[in-house]
Amino acid sequence: MFEPVLLKNINTPDSFTIDAYLKSGGYEGLKKALEMSADSIIQTVKDSGLRGRGGAGFPTGLKWSFISKDPTIAKYLCCNADEGEPGTFKDRVIIEKDPHQLIEGMAIACYAIGAANAYIYIRGEFVLGAQRLEDAIQEATAKGCLGKNILGSSFSLNMYVHRGAGAYICGEETALLESIEGRRALPRVKPPFPAQVGLFGKPTVINNVETLACVPHIINNGAAWFAAIGPAKSPGTKLFGVSGHVNKPGLYELPMGTPLREIIYDYAGGIRGGRAFKAVIPGGVSAPMLIEKDLDTPMDFDSLAAKGTMLGSGAIVVMDDTVCIVKTALRTHEFFHHESCGKCTPCREGLDWLVKVLRRIEGGEGKEGDVDLLLKLCVDIFGRTFCPLGDGAVMALRGAINCYRNEFEYHVNHKRCMV
Amino acid sequence: MLSENAVKEINELTSKYANRRSAVMPALTVVQKELGYITEEGMRDVARILGIKPVLVFEVATFYTMYNKKPVGKYHIQVCTNIACSLLGAEHLMDFLSRKLGVKVKETTSDKKFTLSAVECLGSCGTAPMMQINDNYYENLTDAKVEEILNNLR
Repeated sequence: MFEPVLLKNINTPDSFTIDAYLKSGGYEGLKKALEMSADSIIQTVKDSGLRGRGGAGFPTGLKWSFISKDPTIAKYLCCNADEGEPGTFKDRVIIEKDPHQLIEGMAIACYAIGAANAYIYIRGEFVLGAQRLEDAIQEATAKGCLGKNILGSSFSLNMYVHRGAGAYICGEETALLESIEGRRALPRVKPPFPAQVGLFGKPTVINNVETLACVPHIINNGAAWFAAIGPAKSPGTKLFGVSGHVNKPGLYELPMGTPLREIIYDYAGGIRGGRAFKAVIPGGVSAPMLIEKDLDTPMDFDSLAAKGTMLGSGAIVVMDDTVCIVKTALRTHEFFHHESCGKCTPCREGLDWLVKVLRRIEGGEGKEGDVDLLLKLCVDIFGRTFCPLGDGAVMALRGAINCYRNEFEYHVNHKRCMV
Repeated sequence: MLSENAVKEINELTSKYANRRSAVMPALTVVQKELGYITEEGMRDVARILGIKPVLVFEVATFYTMYNKKPVGKYHIQVCTNIACSLLGAEHLMDFLSRKLGVKVKETTSDKKFTLSAVECLGSCGTAPMMQINDNYYENLTDAKVEEILNNLR
């Protein structure tokens, strides 16, 4: 049985308070980090093999190492708590139940990159989460874990909560920066990357909540401990959110690389109501779906990439045999269309067109050649936009057609659903 | 006009950022809290307080879905209709609420008490189906639970 790391405190009473956190050994990682050099912290995180838990899986230590060492330049850390990839509900649990774990991870990251100011970008709907973070920042400041001369050191850090206001695109890191700066959240062209020109034009690191929450544990237990959990190339503990047609939906913390079948059947209790499994989205709706024959795939970045899909946020959405894949694709793409920021034509217009075609197929008015038309539109969107929103929509649709083209064709030919 | 307190709050919010313009989002939240929705006058006030052109406030207010550009009821019911919730009956939940309240999606009851909205994923997929009413999440919903929630708000 895997001993939870990130979720170990969530069931203790008042787990969100600093007293509960200190009792569980909280802020020991920060204490230890402040006795290390910034470079050795970055090296430790590199050695741990920690890769970004927001979806892209970029090596965290490497990301930190891109930040200028020039002490005269202001730097920023932004925590991406815009959790919006449908199927995902992991960061909210950390924020609401154990916010100090995140704050400690952020303080260590800021010390390592030389940032004196940090922002937590939390989606606007997480009202309780934002309040918990504000309270936790106050508590941490009162205890000397944030603010001036943290824990008696020469390191000082201000931390702020910035609330979003309902826009999926803000999970994209450069759109997130635009949003903090008080603008519409349109992604920026890269390069320059945020590590060079980020928030307010300064070098900036953007990390996901879960990524940052891993940091105190890595400092406390050492890089080798973390690297030994799960597969060598994408190691560590991982939060998997299981939703949809399972008996026990919920958040499960397991070693990276745990097979999908084990998560669905052993932890989430299998398919509800004794029905048959049909498909699973392994990493939030942008991740192409998998079917029965793929269920032994280990849930890690590389194994899922090898299957043509992705780990994404580790959000596992399970569908039983009552599900119409066409209807699911329509709902998913209405979402992408709604959330397209409108900056890039292929995404803005392409998704509008995709949804129209999907809607007529689902509504029994599909025309011959519509499935090929969808795939052609995918080509016109993929790789032609500033940010990955359009790509995610395309990957999801290609995945659905790849697995269940017969259902799309059936809808077109018989003007109704086969399920 | 915004109240003195709201103006003070917005001015204080600017200290969180490297420039005053960046406080536009929290400032709009203050406006919405005070007026119930974002009025043109409210946006102009924000622009004046922050020292920026009104268009820079308008464009932000219209980009983000949580800023209500029209008045909403005392209780704003937002039903998640995204994948996990739709797999577990979001459509039924919406129909049920619509029947109970006697309004369609995007409408407000005649007593101005409830507005019914469909929204995208609220990050509560393990407890689907769910809805948000004002600041609170209501999860693992059943007809009976929804009935009880509505009765408590009526």
